[in-house]
Amino acid sequence: MKNKLSSLWQTLFGHPVRAFGVCSLLMLIMLAIAPAKNYFSEWRHYQNKYLALIRGRGEAVTLQRHFHEGIQQIWLPQLGVVDRCTTCHVGLKEASLEDVSTQPFRRHPVIPHTLDQYGCVMCHRGQGPATTVEEAHRSTLAWEQPILPARYVESSCGQCHRAPLTGTPQLNLGRNLLGRYGCVHCHTIKLPDGSAIQPTDDPPSLEHIADKTTREWIYAWLKDPQAYAVTATMPNFKLSDPDARDISAFLIWSSAPLAGDTVPVPRGQKTPDPTEGASLYGESFCASCHAVQNAAGNVVGGDIGPELTRVGTKVKPEWLRAWLHNPRVYDSGTAMPHYRFTDPQLSLLTAFLGNKTDSDLLANVHLDAATPEQIAHGKLLVTEYGCASCHEINGIKKPDNFAPELTRIGSKPLTQIIFLPGMTHALPDYIAAKIRQPRSFGSALKMPQFSLAPAQVDALTTALLALTDRAHDLPLALTVPAKPTSSYQPAGRAGQLMSDMACFTCHAINGRGGDLAPDLTWEGSSVQRQWLEAFLKNPGTLRPALIRRMPRFNLSDDDARELTDYIMTVYQTPAFDRDSMPSSGYPPAQVEQGRQLFYSKYACQGCHIVDTKADKGYVGPTLTQVGSRLTAAWIYHWLKDPQAMRPGVIEPNRNMSDEDARALTAFLMTQKGSSKGGAKK
Amino acid sequence: MTRHWRILLLASVVLVGVGCTRKPGPAAPKPTGFGAALVESSGGKQTGATGMVLAQPLVVQVNDDQGNAVTGALVEFGGPAGVSFDPPSGLTDSSGQLSTNVALGSMAGRYQLTAHTFTKARKLVELKVEEIALGYQQQVGYQLDNKYCARCHNPESTPERVSNYDNLEVKPHPFTEGDTLNKMSDADLTAIISHGGPALNKSALMPPYGYTLSKTEIEALIAYIRLISDPPYHASGMVYAQK
Repeated sequence: MKNKLSSLWQTLFGHPVRAFGVCSLLMLIMLAIAPAKNYFSEWRHYQNKYLALIRGRGEAVTLQRHFHEGIQQIWLPQLGVVDRCTTCHVGLKEASLEDVSTQPFRRHPVIPHTLDQYGCVMCHRGQGPATTVEEAHRSTLAWEQPILPARYVESSCGQCHRAPLTGTPQLNLGRNLLGRYGCVHCHTIKLPDGSAIQPTDDPPSLEHIADKTTREWIYAWLKDPQAYAVTATMPNFKLSDPDARDISAFLIWSSAPLAGDTVPVPRGQKTPDPTEGASLYGESFCASCHAVQNAAGNVVGGDIGPELTRVGTKVKPEWLRAWLHNPRVYDSGTAMPHYRFTDPQLSLLTAFLGNKTDSDLLANVHLDAATPEQIAHGKLLVTEYGCASCHEINGIKKPDNFAPELTRIGSKPLTQIIFLPGMTHALPDYIAAKIRQPRSFGSALKMPQFSLAPAQVDALTTALLALTDRAHDLPLALTVPAKPTSSYQPAGRAGQLMSDMACFTCHAINGRGGDLAPDLTWEGSSVQRQWLEAFLKNPGTLRPALIRRMPRFNLSDDDARELTDYIMTVYQTPAFDRDSMPSSGYPPAQVEQGRQLFYSKYACQGCHIVDTKADKGYVGPTLTQVGSRLTAAWIYHWLKDPQAMRPGVIEPNRNMSDEDARALTAFLMTQKGSSKGGAKK
Repeated sequence: MTRHWRILLLASVVLVGVGCTRKPGPAAPKPTGFGAALVESSGGKQTGATGMVLAQPLVVQVNDDQGNAVTGALVEFGGPAGVSFDPPSGLTDSSGQLSTNVALGSMAGRYQLTAHTFTKARKLVELKVEEIALGYQQQVGYQLDNKYCARCHNPESTPERVSNYDNLEVKPHPFTEGDTLNKMSDADLTAIISHGGPALNKSALMPPYGYTLSKTEIEALIAYIRLISDPPYHASGMVYAQK
């Protein structure tokens, strides 16, 4: 062995001339390494494959002209983007490559931005400057950021766009869920503008819980909230039996009675027939906000209020009666309106709802009287689990920053993450696993188990991935801000009435409120006084196809007048004067012309009904009495540009001439309807 | 000396052997039942966004030759690259059904998925299911359809949205009606959406949306209509199937 080596050395370097030659040759080979590496590089291989792909195509000349050899780069200093992805992804901008499905030659699907404006990694992440497949797409030792899987790509839109976008339903849903499932009670999420995401779930105060329900129900609820209501957003804390026993003991012990939140159910009355209660429940449109699970297991109804499938097992009848009488006594900020039910109505509804029971729920719950030790232990658990982050509890302060802040979770370095065995080492997988099964990362962790569908987990992950360093550090001019939140509160007696009836739960005014019912910001310019007053007292049907409608709040004459006055005076558009057009007296010829336009040129009967016998349009509101409901000026301006009057309405803008709009207004103003329903002659 | 070498060699062989032993993935469960037919219970013909989990799980049912549900039959799902199933295989439950959550690939188009099971005689029984993945543009189109068009163009009524289809004297074409819509060019569709039915000598019940929707929105709507058309519109949209 040794001999062989020395003879090789002799052969190569034995003679100075030979040694010089060998050295030169070695030098030459070393010099050739760089060009050879370049020549055999991955990207050149892809570029050659691309050239072979386009050679046979009809538009080869054009494609050839668009092609540039060598490493390509998109450099956007303002955004901090250096992307060389287009070196291999050569056909991204070629619309004619629609039929090519092999990567990296697919064209990019149509999106609202161009490559030259934003580059690639803004949306797809990965390593922009890398020039090999491995380094660009996967995380390696030196490069942390892998490509973002397609299922989370909407998160990238959310880095700049704070407001909901039509094209990003998953991101919109995820952001909504962060509030709706109360994630932000425990986890602070600050937005680039300094504000924080606010919860929207309104968890009930537990300060007077003993008035409302029993310790047995609290125990069953704590053990499995979804066993009581499948739609419950309360998470499962996976409590042991003794822990649930002690927490329920503490909550009942700490509860303070509240005057007026229970009323004794009148004795001696015969129990009302539950079916009568059902029709009152229907007439009051309780189902617009509350859902009930039917026999087939489907949850039917709205999701603004809690599900009522088993409510009779939960609440005490004397509390329920007081709540239905005036919910604001127990919870001044509740989204539930004050219905002003009469005593017989209260009996009917209390009996109807109290009848919705499930004997299985509490069948196996037997609790002995609580001992002081149990109560003390319960208090300790309530503090440890951070119950007061969501609920108000007597004697427990709301903890600050109970859980880690998630403001920049989308850029969390992988080195700070402890992955589970067998898990892909990528941020989206970590976040999704944390949401899906928080306790899989350690049985001692406090984060509870939420019951979320797979699509909801993905949506939440998407919303969290949008919270990147880039989202916070972008120049303000490049971000698209969310609509500012409004804390508008109407003044005076009318304002009190509107809070009492929880108008903002369904209607929006001046940027505050729900979207279940029409925006009322300019209602005073829109409707006629008499109609409004009558409607508030007894809301008639405007849109027969809708299942969610305005309930009857049993307003007194004085209250209805007060509210009407306020709406008519305050909610007026600056765009026109509501009295600028007469409500009647249009020339018959113009009315007839309007009728012709209604039925032929504009075919309004497709969506609206004027003649109940002939017309069948059930999309828009029925117009049989529109002449006594709306002002002429509103109809005219609405016809000219519906979206200007109420942004986002689906009635198309017809680009109507002034003459046509006037004629149609004249025709519609003759539709005064009969005296029944909401309109008063 | 040689003994040392031998020990070293043995040790390295053992080490390499240990290092190379791959833990076997979760093995497919052993079937306890065998069926003769595989049918779709629900979850086919859905539309969802590219790469994302479809709203409804895909549920298939294994039946025997009498048409009775079979418990414990092994069903495996498959699809083109990029499609994932959770779980990818499993045994049917007591009602003969197996449910899986499907995430489609990253490109817009039609995806042909398969589910298969074996009969007692080891014969393959296959079921084909089609799902549609919406890209960004089609997704926007879908949202616009939901807001502006579906009330009249979709004959199906739900309690949340009552269809106006039956009330119209001239029936609109459902957007899946490929037989008619595939014959219309993009320019025709743009004209009828922008200027209403009369632009193509059709009913005025179709109002113009050119003053309400932007050009990009109308393009998005057409991209969506083309993708969901049945039979498929061939000028656009890829069909992804297992190779």
